[in-house]
Amino acid sequence: MTRDAIRDLILEIIEDIDEDADFDTLEADKPLRDQLDLDSMDFLDIVMELRKRHKLQIPEEDYPELATLDSCVNYLEPLLADA
Amino acid sequence: MPVSFSQTADQYDVVVIGSGLGGLTSANRLAYCGYKVLLLEYHSQLGGLATWFKRKGHIFDVSLHGFPYGMVKTCKKYWNREIMNSIVQLKNIIFDNPQFQLKTTFDRVDFTEKLISYFKIPKTTIDAFFARVAGMNFYDDQSMTTRELFNEYFPGRSDVHRLLMEPISYANGSTLDDPAITYGIVFSNFMNKGVFTFEGGTDKLIKMMTVELEKCGVTICTNCKVDRIIVEQGKVKGVECRGKVIAAKSVVSNSGITNTIHNLAGRDAFSDTFMEKADKVRVNNSSCQVYIGIKEDEGFDDIGDLLFTSKAAEFSSTELCDLHTKSKTFSVYYPKTRPGHNRHTIVASMNANYKDWEAFSDEQYGQEKESLIQRTLLDLERYLPGAKEKIDWIEAATPRTFNRYTLHTRGTSFGTKFEGLDISRNIFKEVGGLFHVGSVGIIMSGWLGAINYGVIVSNDVDAYMRSND
Ligand SMILES: Cc1cc2nc3c(=O)[nH]c(=O)nc-3n(C[C@H](O)[C@H](O)[C@H](O)COP(=O)(O)OP(=O)(O)OC[C@H]3O[C@@H](n4cnc5c(N)ncnc54)[C@H](O)[C@@H]3O)c2cc1C
Repeated sequence: MTRDAIRDLILEIIEDIDEDADFDTLEADKPLRDQLDLDSMDFLDIVMELRKRHKLQIPEEDYPELATLDSCVNYLEPLLADA
Repeated sequence: MPVSFSQTADQYDVVVIGSGLGGLTSANRLAYCGYKVLLLEYHSQLGGLATWFKRKGHIFDVSLHGFPYGMVKTCKKYWNREIMNSIVQLKNIIFDNPQFQLKTTFDRVDFTEKLISYFKIPKTTIDAFFARVAGMNFYDDQSMTTRELFNEYFPGRSDVHRLLMEPISYANGSTLDDPAITYGIVFSNFMNKGVFTFEGGTDKLIKMMTVELEKCGVTICTNCKVDRIIVEQGKVKGVECRGKVIAAKSVVSNSGITNTIHNLAGRDAFSDTFMEKADKVRVNNSSCQVYIGIKEDEGFDDIGDLLFTSKAAEFSSTELCDLHTKSKTFSVYYPKTRPGHNRHTIVASMNANYKDWEAFSDEQYGQEKESLIQRTLLDLERYLPGAKEKIDWIEAATPRTFNRYTLHTRGTSFGTKFEGLDISRNIFKEVGGLFHVGSVGIIMSGWLGAINYGVIVSNDVDAYMRSND
């Protein structure tokens, strides 16, 4: 999967969690949590969705890697290389 | 609708033991993920402590006194919009004790205002306190206690400590000596927007959840007490219930964590190191309640939704649990609580210790219950003059009642102290496929905590099942 495709995937999952999420002003290097009103349960939803869609197992220690849009893409790029 | 036990298959992907909010949520999530799920409940009704009962035309809610706004998002994401839409705010929260009397909406804005004008605390201190508790996470350092936290921001102000602590002690049994993070997380949840309830009552919620479970294909059996979780070679094999063995790849126990380990799986299923930690898990206090039904033609005007009352000079966690405590809450249910059901009811709740009640003979037990009822009526008189003449039903529940009903160790109302969380989260690393869901660690209790924990645990189950495929 390309970096752009991974980015779209994350945004699509977030939109499913919160249809009011506003991506227009989203800064990719700033924590998603602060910008989009996401809480720890929402991050768990992202993890579950990634497992369902792409059979990805993300261990709990790695959850902090999902903090910003950029860090998500960096973390997922090697894992989704063949997807 | 629940099906008869004879209709159960011999094998499921997941068996969920117990239908408290944690068990219901796990069952629902896992069935939604496509697993074949069987839910076994000991009682005749689903919901666990989220329960209700009917007497003389009244419907009494046992644990519907209030939950944080977070329930709105949680119900929308993990149950459905219809359930979410029944959540409404309780706006009149009242405190009445020898130190202060006030009415609040129990949110950050109103608390800040009260702390400034009534308690004369500088705004900078209040803001700093709120920022501190809002930033707390469950994985933070736990060495600081709530008492230390309060003394840092409000030294010598036992009145402020009472305002901040009393409601949370009722909400989850925590004390000033528990880790400050458990206080901070729960208090911040409430302060977000105030206290909320479920319009239509607990019966309506559980009915709506049952419909959702059926939509997802969960097989539900009530009056089914699981006697044993079968563990072989470090892995879960299934459960034994009413003499029948049902095989399962995973078992999610919503029975208390102490019960799950000691009575269902058995100590032998676990390593010595795990048991050493598990033996240190302390359960929380239990409760007493008095259920009061008002005559159909009596009614009364608004006296508040939730009243925190006490005649004790200062707040103390020990006093709150005393057999003859002078502190109690009154939850007042108006006809608007259950639209279409034109009744007023009142439920008085107290924290209590099982050990104070367990040793009583039948006769003493009856007398203590009666005296609990009389003390409650006397206290209610202050808020509802002539209460005695207005009622047509009154009865009491004690720690023994809660123990009998849920089988929880010492009738615990709010699961375990903080150390229980670690044991609960890691039990599947000890016994493959065995999971625990339900009130643990103070933060994972209450309606919101139990539902969210149900989601967290179903995520663990799903990860486990997939990695074993
Ligand atoms: C008096 C009182 C008032 C409360 N008020 C509030 C409130 O206002 N707001 C709030 O948010 N929370 C409140 N709570 C807390 C809240 O009700 C609980 O935290 C929550 O409902 C617990 O859910 P749970 O998933 O832990 O399961 P529980 O409700 O504890 O249910 C466990 C279930 O497992 C079943 N079970 C156990 N063993 C077996 C077995 N061997 N086989 C089959 N079934 C079994 C039991 O029968 C039970 O149905 C209150 C609690 C009490 C006691």
